[in-house]
Amino acid sequence: MSERPTYTPFHPGWYRPRISTWWWLRRRSSLVFILREVSSIFVAWFVVFFLLLVAAVGRGEAAYQEFMGWAATPGIVLVNLVSLLFVVFHAVTWFNLAPQAMVVHMRGKRVPGKLIAASNYGLWVVTSLLVAWIVLAGWT
Amino acid sequence: MAKRVTLEPLLWLLFSAGGVVAALVIPVLLALFGLAFPLGLSPPSHEHMLAVLGHPLSRVTIFVSCTLLLFHAAHRVRFTLYDALQIKHMQELVVLLVYGAVLVGTAAAAYLVLQLP
Amino acid sequence: MDDRITMRLARYRPEEEDEPTFEEYEVPCHKEWVVLDGLNYIKDQLDGTLSYRWSCRMGICGSCGMTVNGEPKLTCATFLTDYAPGPVHVEPMQNFPVVRDLIVEMTDFMEKLTAIKPWIVRDEERPLAEGEYRQTPDELNEYKQYSMCINCMLCYAACPVYGLDPDFIGPAAIATAQRYNLDSRDEGSDERLDLLSLHEGIWACTFVGECTKVCPKKVDPAGAIQRYKLDAALTSLKDLLLPWGAR
Repeated sequence: MSERPTYTPFHPGWYRPRISTWWWLRRRSSLVFILREVSSIFVAWFVVFFLLLVAAVGRGEAAYQEFMGWAATPGIVLVNLVSLLFVVFHAVTWFNLAPQAMVVHMRGKRVPGKLIAASNYGLWVVTSLLVAWIVLAGWT
Repeated sequence: MAKRVTLEPLLWLLFSAGGVVAALVIPVLLALFGLAFPLGLSPPSHEHMLAVLGHPLSRVTIFVSCTLLLFHAAHRVRFTLYDALQIKHMQELVVLLVYGAVLVGTAAAAYLVLQLP
Repeated sequence: MDDRITMRLARYRPEEEDEPTFEEYEVPCHKEWVVLDGLNYIKDQLDGTLSYRWSCRMGICGSCGMTVNGEPKLTCATFLTDYAPGPVHVEPMQNFPVVRDLIVEMTDFMEKLTAIKPWIVRDEERPLAEGEYRQTPDELNEYKQYSMCINCMLCYAACPVYGLDPDFIGPAAIATAQRYNLDSRDEGSDERLDLLSLHEGIWACTFVGECTKVCPKKVDPAGAIQRYKLDAALTSLKDLLLPWGAR
């Protein structure tokens, strides 16, 4: 691209509208895309929230209880509820797009997209159950 | 033939890995620690949490996962800033900010998993 | 049929005005008519000054791409009755400079398409005496989908990244590059990667997916780009970790 010849330079007769900052509100698909991207902010929030939990657990029983109390305040519950919705949205869009991004061949034939998506969802369920089990009771 | 290895492919791989981790584990953890326990479900005892988090396998997993999640978020935020706020001409500054934040977060995660008794 | 439908067309006459204006025309709304038929009716019967591109009128030449009611469409493949009772808004394709009325300037795309070397690249050409290159049906299927591109540029019109950053190489160019990379006869993947691994190559794409949605030939450029990203990333990784590998 470095040797790309400059094509007809700025031509005063051409109409080139400037893209508005709100271009993503014009079509539903653009809005959905931006919301999907914004979910990353809530991923970052989760890291902060989780690291605060780890810090509290490390400091002792009292700190842990204090953290759980803070997590129960209405503001934080609301933030986490919104975060959960966004992260679930991220997960669903991610798994639905996976077949488009990955072409898997088995025994010379292409694995159908629905199967790839289904395996991802299955993995999601299994992982969630495993993590829930570790946290709630099981493994020490 | 010498090819310029840019960082971009590696950042994308980290972003993708982080995206998978985010999709698989954040929903259940947020559902538990963000909603269920605060709203009444009986939370695990401090002792249990300490045992679970303090296990060497847990520490490594938490550190690696948090790193990947932070890379995922940083990468997406970076491109969203380009697309939504149209500040691609300030990309050096944006890159510095987002990946600087990742480094801070990763350092914090490392410190916290190490300081667990 | 007595039905009529209003078509609201963007007009732009650079010698007279600085910005596009809109003009309305009433055309018959036959059930088999497409938007292109409406445009041709307007040009033949109502307003001969209208300028627009078209050719095959059957969805294979890629000339008649325009924005219809906000969406990138081939006007020869979009039925007027789908928009009844109307009005049907027709504007030039987004993300390209407008030359006149419904005509856009395409040179940027043509340059990008050429830059990715859309031909079979061989390290050494095979002499004619050695006969033809042979390819199994499976090998053909690896790249066949990406060879269906008719260069209509609807994907560029739909791509927000291209709209915001005209340096982005764009969906069709990358899909065409993949068409050759995946072709068993081709040996040019390295050369194309040099170009496409730049910041304005595949890495500017954020997988919005609109390109695939609007593609009239089901090329799935978004899928091609994501597959290419994975290939390129793994190649980069291999280069990084095993620099002494045969290169």
